[in-house]
Amino acid sequence: MKYGYYPGCSLERNAAAYHQSAMAVAGPLGIDLVEIDDWNCCGATEYFSINLLPAYALVARNLALAQDQGISDQLVAPCSACFLNLTKTDRYMADSPQLAADVNEALAAGGLHYTPGSVRVRHLLDIIVNDVGYDVVAAHVSKPLTGLRVAAYYGCLIVRPGYGGIFDDPEHPTVMDKLLRVLGAEVVDFPLRAQCCGGHMTQISQEVAYEMIRRLLKNAADYEADVIATVCPMCQLNLDAYQANVNQFFKTDYMIPVLYFTQLMGLAFGASPLELGIGKEFVDARPALSKIGVAVPSNGTPRKAGASKEALPMPRLEEERS
Amino acid sequence: MTAYATTARAPTFLEEVIARTPGEPHLERCIQCGTCGGSCPSGADMEHTPRGLFALINAGLREQALCSNTPWYCVSCYYCTVRCPQQIHITDVMYTLKRMAIDEGYYTESTARDAPEFSKTFIDFVESNGRSFELGLATAYHLRYRPLNAVGMAPMALGMLRRGRMDLTPTKIKGIKQLQAILNKAKELGGVK
Repeated sequence: MKYGYYPGCSLERNAAAYHQSAMAVAGPLGIDLVEIDDWNCCGATEYFSINLLPAYALVARNLALAQDQGISDQLVAPCSACFLNLTKTDRYMADSPQLAADVNEALAAGGLHYTPGSVRVRHLLDIIVNDVGYDVVAAHVSKPLTGLRVAAYYGCLIVRPGYGGIFDDPEHPTVMDKLLRVLGAEVVDFPLRAQCCGGHMTQISQEVAYEMIRRLLKNAADYEADVIATVCPMCQLNLDAYQANVNQFFKTDYMIPVLYFTQLMGLAFGASPLELGIGKEFVDARPALSKIGVAVPSNGTPRKAGASKEALPMPRLEEERS
Repeated sequence: MTAYATTARAPTFLEEVIARTPGEPHLERCIQCGTCGGSCPSGADMEHTPRGLFALINAGLREQALCSNTPWYCVSCYYCTVRCPQQIHITDVMYTLKRMAIDEGYYTESTARDAPEFSKTFIDFVESNGRSFELGLATAYHLRYRPLNAVGMAPMALGMLRRGRMDLTPTKIKGIKQLQAILNKAKELGGVK
């Protein structure tokens, strides 16, 4: 199965582990992800706040490139924000002939044109569960994640608001839970599964952002998750890289590693942790992964044999018990 | 907005907000039920819940509405949008209010007055390179607008660099001239919703 691939800026560097692990599992599953040549940033959640038509035109250049390069009529985006912006632009251009005309007049200045509806934008999780299917995934599991307690975290934008390409319930999505169970993991309940990680709020108001992150960490800890599985670079960054800041701010001691669902798939398929980009996370995943017999070599100097199982993440704070 | 086009009077603030929002945002349908505020993950920190903000808009209280920190504290999670019983495109309306607050200079009075600068700094890098540039963004934004924070954020930036999660230099797309021509044309066409 051949698809156009729009990695997005995060997967170039900050979320390189997502890209690496996506590629590592795509191969065995027969998914051929062909990168759109010379794609540009989708504008994240920033451009629509500043200037509307350029924001659409920025996204539409990618849709036009995908259409013209003819790799496939389907375009896969692993990042939730990219997925949202691509689906939103396609939908709004289809719904508003005036917008489509204006965007195309802008695109024409660069020799491009996009016909709304000509590219079907899909999220990576969607094609894995729906095009490949759970049975084929199951057939590739050689090292099941037995005993690993995972909280499946969907975040906002792959389940809402439904501009196109939506494949699960906006309030209570379940497909990743099922996928992780197929990998052998023990999927914990996680009521805040579709709540927002705060997006760029860490840059706007730390108090607001840290509270949003704290709630998610607490929820995962309450259900004794060893790992949070994510589908989005922004969610990963907020929950992982800011976890220490959140702990400092609230005097908590959460230590919950946050991995991409593709990294967990790769481990279950028997790929090496390094190949999957494991080790780039801020909150060390090794104690959790040692539960399933995965040893992650550290870069260069091996540290002393990691934290013991007793050191696993569950915070115990008086104020947190309720 | 054809319903309003035949009226001779100047558009109300509500009509302006609707006109500047893509598609049919249905803001005039708000029944003040409060489902939006109850669904909002950052609602507790907003000066007005979305419901309260829509009441201000409906009352024509332009300055209060555009000085509110509410649109800037919207995290674009779309919970309100999918739950609204009147199918109001609330997240899109929030984006409209941000743009209006910038255009009319009201954002400087908001308690979230740095927020537009973050968006602008982000977009500056995208317009110059075609890709976002996290190190440049963090450095430019924090040093210019939040110098005290910059010190606090330094360990994070170092952690990102040490883990190979941040580039030292921006990546530029090949077709940057093409992209800039497209964006300039879009800016020129401008005011269309």
